[in-house]
Amino acid sequence: MENNEILTPQCIVDGDDNYDLVYEKTNVMTDTRLHYCPGCGHSTAHKILGEVIQELGIQKDVIGVAPVGCSVFAYEYLHIDWQEAAHGRATAAATGIKRCLPDKYVFTYQGDGDLAAIGTAETIHCINRGENIMIIFINNGVYGMTSGQMAPTSLEGMKTTTSPYGRNVHTMGYPLKVSELIAPLPGAFYVTRQTVHTPNAVRKAKKAIMNGFKYQKLGKGLSFIEIVSNCPSNWRMTPLQSNDFIDTDMLKYYPPGDIKVPSKEDLINL
Amino acid sequence: MELKEDIRLMKGNEAMAEAAIQAGMDAYFGYPITPQSEVLEYLTREVPNRTGIALQAESEVAAINMVYGAAGAGARVWTSSSSPGWSLMQEGVSYIAAAELPCLLVNVNRGGPGLGTIQPSQGDYFQATKGGGHGDYHLLVLAPNSVQEMADFVFLGFELAEKYRTPVMMLSDGAIGQMMEKVTFHKREIVKSAKPWATTGKTEDRERNIITTLFIQPEKMEIVNIHLNAKYEEIKKNEVRYEEIETKDAEYLLVAYGLSARISHKVVILAREKGIKLGLLRPITLWPYPSDVLFKLADQVKGMMTVELNAGQMVEDVRLAVNGKVKVGHYGRMGGIIPSPEEVEENLEKFIKTL
Amino acid sequence: MLNEEIIIAGFGGQGVLSMGQTLGYAAMVEGKNVSWMPSYGPEMRGGTANCITIVSDSTISSPIVSRFDTGILLNQPSMEKFESRIKPGGIIVYESTNILHASDRKDIGVYAIPASDEANKLHNIKIANMILLGAFLEKKPVVSIEGVMEALKKVLPERYHNLLPINRQALEVGAELMRKAQ
Ligand code: SF4
Repeated sequence: MENNEILTPQCIVDGDDNYDLVYEKTNVMTDTRLHYCPGCGHSTAHKILGEVIQELGIQKDVIGVAPVGCSVFAYEYLHIDWQEAAHGRATAAATGIKRCLPDKYVFTYQGDGDLAAIGTAETIHCINRGENIMIIFINNGVYGMTSGQMAPTSLEGMKTTTSPYGRNVHTMGYPLKVSELIAPLPGAFYVTRQTVHTPNAVRKAKKAIMNGFKYQKLGKGLSFIEIVSNCPSNWRMTPLQSNDFIDTDMLKYYPPGDIKVPSKEDLINL
Repeated sequence: MELKEDIRLMKGNEAMAEAAIQAGMDAYFGYPITPQSEVLEYLTREVPNRTGIALQAESEVAAINMVYGAAGAGARVWTSSSSPGWSLMQEGVSYIAAAELPCLLVNVNRGGPGLGTIQPSQGDYFQATKGGGHGDYHLLVLAPNSVQEMADFVFLGFELAEKYRTPVMMLSDGAIGQMMEKVTFHKREIVKSAKPWATTGKTEDRERNIITTLFIQPEKMEIVNIHLNAKYEEIKKNEVRYEEIETKDAEYLLVAYGLSARISHKVVILAREKGIKLGLLRPITLWPYPSDVLFKLADQVKGMMTVELNAGQMVEDVRLAVNGKVKVGHYGRMGGIIPSPEEVEENLEKFIKTL
Repeated sequence: MLNEEIIIAGFGGQGVLSMGQTLGYAAMVEGKNVSWMPSYGPEMRGGTANCITIVSDSTISSPIVSRFDTGILLNQPSMEKFESRIKPGGIIVYESTNILHASDRKDIGVYAIPASDEANKLHNIKIANMILLGAFLEKKPVVSIEGVMEALKKVLPERYHNLLPINRQALEVGAELMRKAQ
């Protein structure tokens, strides 16, 4: 099989048999083969993002900004206009886009190294200005692209290639709770922490992304959607083990759920 | 007494900001740094009642990446800074060059290295003309020598940027930015070129647009480089600009740009009063460099001397241009010190004795 | 041919930079060429300030020169720094309320103008600089008083236009002092 060939299920549709269509890939996603490791949450996050764009019918009005990190090629996978930003600067680029195209939907898609280490200043100030965009923040506690170095969000004791004896919080700092950090900023309109490791969680995360786009339309400010995700490859786990680790460890430190939600009055026009 | 034309007395920095508004700027992103903070001050004051966006970013790093985003979205966008801030922008500038995003970038040069001084300098010549950021790229570099040119080169800069889909840089200095002179604003028709490649939302009639600078496969990366360099060759062919002052019968030649060229102009006057046949070549584009005219002048003059507010940077380009035909000297002051015309003239005479 | 190279120097807050600007505006209004090159930076916060103003009929080559036709000097350090840099035949107009030791050069004209004292008499110390400007223009009318008034109208925001008469008065007082000082 060619590397780039897609595995398409072969089914013979016979005139007499009526098959119910139970699942269809969103056509906002391209046919490019995802480069993510098997079981990686990025793929799921992309998929629901594409679905939301399709369901809202906003494909022609969306501009995405991709980060540097595992999702550096995010622009290969969704049929929308994209910009690929420098490491950490996605929110600055998004600011530039949104200020010049205020009627379009603009989102960034960033990992923890990009958003919470090198890009912390851009992140905080973009949120503090209440830029009317959505930030999707994939937090898997590790640098995936560069193969497993410590991230600002790596848990205490977590072994990575640059914390080989486990993260020592006294010398390496504490795992950064970005959502809690930015939620009090007046520019943050909606802050939520989701996961994509169970079917139920996927549905909720999708709803959150949907909300993010809807709030953007209202011009209310910034929506920040953290997705606590996995990195089976660099956690040195099977996909299933990594999903368990999300429950047993990640979500203990990063509790899921809404952190800041709009009030009823805020949403009067929705 | 009503002035017929729109003539104003302005600082270089203000004239540049006014010109940008008149040039139909969509956005400016910047961060305060002396000696160019007037730009952001002027724009934040004027823009709310006129057109465009002026946003104070949290850093030069953010500002240049906002420019990247806005330029990618098809906006007529610019930023300005001074040396230390300009250094901070270099990563973004390299990305902008790679992504072929038209925009105007201004460095109002102050003395360095390091935090340096806020006084005028030309110490960033190498950085402006030889790269600054990483990778094989060039900026088209314009060097104004008056308040009028700081305004004019905004119009020209946007025009060239859009013509070649390339970032254009204006390299000024603290003196030209801070001083006031008369500046005339002519009525102009503003033409903005179509940008079918911009990320404005994927409509059904076109493929999606992607602005990226990542080309993992070396074969693809090389193709991108070849394409960029073909464009640079085109720019070299078409866009060399310079001014010749009293070169016709010159036996000696000064080469200087920006503030140094103004000082050197006076040196020409002083030297000619003493009977020294001195001329001045002022590069207006620092990249592409007016090498050909220097090569020709090398047959005519007995020696050339650059006058620079640095340790001798542009002198290397002059030496490359004349390729050993004549001796090329350099006189410069550093750290924000500006030599007087008399001082330069004295040193010119010393240089002539060595020929 | 007019080509007047002027250094104006004093403490920050004495209106040194604005005096040069006003002169520059006036020159522009009268269709002359002008360049105004300030010292900038921490000086603005109370140190020394100076500006080189050049008014000319023709193109101005260097906006920065080291020798001047005129020095308008408002404090002692400026007198010490610039007196030797006035070209022979040039002039110094100085604020004699502040400057106790003036230049004793014989090859230039040195004029003492007690601008602060006179400004106090007009109950507005801020117009001392305009008194000095008036004195200078009496000696060297590179621009007219009308030109200066026209310039002030342009540079002063509308809400300060009530100050125009006192500025004119200051210019005239300066001119009168110069006539006496000669
Ligand atoms: S390295 Fe980790 S985050 Fe990156 S694609 Fe693989 S599993 Fe996903």
